[in-house]
Amino acid sequence: MDLSPLYISIKVAFVATIITIILGIAAARYVLKIRRFKGLIDGVFTLPMVLPPTVVGFFLLVIFGRNSLFGKILMQFDINIVFTWVGAVIASTVVSFPLMYRTVRGAFEQFDITIIYAARTLGISEFKIFYKIIIPNVIPSIIAGTVLAFARALGEFGATIMLAGNIPGRTQTMAVAVYTAVQAGDRAKAYSWVLIICIMSFTSIILINFWNNRQDKKTAKRGDS
Amino acid sequence: MSLYVNIKKVMGDFTLNVEFSAQDEVMAILGASGCGKSMSLKCIAGIETPDEGKIVLGDRVLFDSEKNINLSPQKRKIGYLFQNYALFPNMTVEENIGVGVALPKNERIKVVNEKIKAFYLEGFEKKRPNELSGGQQQRVALARIMASEPEIIMLDEPFCALDSYLKWQLEQEIMESLSTFRGTVLFVSHNRNEVYRFSETIAVVSDGKIDTISEKEALFNNPQTLSAALLTGCKNISSAKRLTEHTLKAIDWDMILYCNRIIPEDIKHVGMRAHYFEYTDKEVSQNTMICEVTKVIENPFSYIIMLKNKNSSQKDSFSKIRWEVDKEVWKGIFKKDTPIRLIFREEDLLLLS
Repeated sequence: MDLSPLYISIKVAFVATIITIILGIAAARYVLKIRRFKGLIDGVFTLPMVLPPTVVGFFLLVIFGRNSLFGKILMQFDINIVFTWVGAVIASTVVSFPLMYRTVRGAFEQFDITIIYAARTLGISEFKIFYKIIIPNVIPSIIAGTVLAFARALGEFGATIMLAGNIPGRTQTMAVAVYTAVQAGDRAKAYSWVLIICIMSFTSIILINFWNNRQDKKTAKRGDS
Repeated sequence: MSLYVNIKKVMGDFTLNVEFSAQDEVMAILGASGCGKSMSLKCIAGIETPDEGKIVLGDRVLFDSEKNINLSPQKRKIGYLFQNYALFPNMTVEENIGVGVALPKNERIKVVNEKIKAFYLEGFEKKRPNELSGGQQQRVALARIMASEPEIIMLDEPFCALDSYLKWQLEQEIMESLSTFRGTVLFVSHNRNEVYRFSETIAVVSDGKIDTISEKEALFNNPQTLSAALLTGCKNISSAKRLTEHTLKAIDWDMILYCNRIIPEDIKHVGMRAHYFEYTDKEVSQNTMICEVTKVIENPFSYIIMLKNKNSSQKDSFSKIRWEVDKEVWKGIFKKDTPIRLIFREEDLLLLS
């Protein structure tokens, strides 16, 4: 069996997750800082989570397609997004981004504001407050968001097939491979991919639960002392 | 180092408008919850921005709305002790103390060690805040503030959430720690006992405004305003009307009171502290109320007797007088089963405008 969908899926999900972590944290911080249009921007950031992935894919196709302004600019630099694995990364990033953004934003909002005030009065710079105080205290949420985002990116189908297509060995991810196998009537192949996907998804859920339990135990222990 | 504050800030239908100055002393800001005392501290620290006004610390202007000066909290050099101490949970004790010290590493370690010694935190250097007791956390918070070398220290209701035994202990510790501090200390509280023990000067804040600023003895012995009387613990207040230079009518108590002092023209209320009443079984007419007991409440070491004027023509049944009396004394009075006559000694009357 050609294992390329497995490698492509992992590669795409991995890169997408890294981008999502950075963008998600930055977006969460940005939204908490702004005063105007907060609801509107939050809505735009959350939209990919509630829209059908095919609609997200359609929007991406419109943005990155050869006929769009942005697509033309990219063409000048000889960059093509559509039907490449980069397109799959973009699709997965956009779809998994809201999970990271919302999880981290929730953690930021729950963070005790007086701790930040205290840090300011002690003369600690805003940047240092962010990376030395806020980030270390919201790490559990960042990890939870990462696992969710990675699982989502790994299972991405709709937006990916719209933007990156279904080119075996290049853009065909596992989720797309299942679809292709069923379409072609290759039951055995479909079963193998379904099994692999189930194992991977289940493992990530087990991992996140394991992590949560460990965190709970840690805090419980602290509570006793 | 002196502090001058004159700020105005509108928040919904609440307006904060305070003006005061403090020298190198412990100055308390006494006020009921929600009167704007914490907001004032936050404005001084630069956490909140006033709408207009001026804040000057020594020769540095921290805030001036006219000249568009608004220093960041980082630059103000103000130590702020929060009610929950606001320690950084991810850092050890020594990291908490050292993180705000902007010195090269060697010197920073020296400062941290110095503070750890001064605040009796030896042995706790590597512990995290959640492994410390409340008292230790408070010492870390103070050590952290001192390490950042503030020019003024502000304490925001530091004992508010503590039980009375722990409160007493922490209060003693803070007093000791602050005894070496030479600058201004602003202490915000709604507890009159804390304020009395801690400070020399007291500013009473009520509804977003400074009501009175005075020496603590003067404030407690002779509060001038209704909110000062209430905040210093006066339990009996009646609205009052001036009759002559030396007599007034206490409307809620329904009695005429005589006072040796000249009664101010603008008197609005008269107050009487709950433990200042004097009992008599003789027929005295001046400043005396014949009372009916409505309720007896037992405290550990005293009784609180709720009374009302027996001769009052007013129909409502509220108890108007709260009298706090020693247990033994009350038992003696109770046995006699005679009408209770309370004397409102003229020197104890609080004349409030």
